Amino acid sequence: MIAYLFIFLGLVFIFFGTLGIIRFPDIYTRLQTSSKCDTAGAVALLVGLMVREGLNSFSLRILIILIFLLLTNPVATHAIARSAAIRGIKPWRKKKNVKGG
Amino acid sequence: MTVVTIIITVLGVTASLALYRVIFGPTSWDRLIAVNLISSKVIMIMVAAAVFFKRRIYLDVALVYAIIGFVSIIAISKFLEGEGTNKK
Repeated sequence: MIAYLFIFLGLVFIFFGTLGIIRFPDIYTRLQTSSKCDTAGAVALLVGLMVREGLNSFSLRILIILIFLLLTNPVATHAIARSAAIRGIKPWRKKKNVKGG
Repeated sequence: MTVVTIIITVLGVTASLALYRVIFGPTSWDRLIAVNLISSKVIMIMVAAAVFFKRRIYLDVALVYAIIGFVSIIAISKFLEGEGTNKK
């Protein structure tokens, strides 16, 4: 039951992360939702699968994949953001509204 | 049977939604972000299939796929940072 709760949580994170990828207006905001989707969704889903599997060598390999994803996803995100910032991509600003919003 | 069907369906549908950003992305970095996301989802599909279908070899494939995806993302982002100019 706890395993299915974690799996459901991971699927919810993944769905809203992908929705943010489609809807957000800028590279940096898209990168933020992509990072949440990668780390939080993957960690929740893999922890759920580990809890369902039990304590054996099978779940140990899942733990290795989990630690690898947890180490490398922020590094990849930071590399993409750094390269976009060096090439001079400006962050998105809200346009000045006529009605003063 | 039902749980693994739900997991693989949700991951596949969201991966094909992220494919929109690969095709129509305004800049190269948008495409890079979406490719990173799809790679992460493929790893999760492999681990779910390994757990539910009792195939031990899929976990090794998932780990190697994660390593190759990480190295390729770092290499492509370093390549886009320079892009033929002598800027620092």
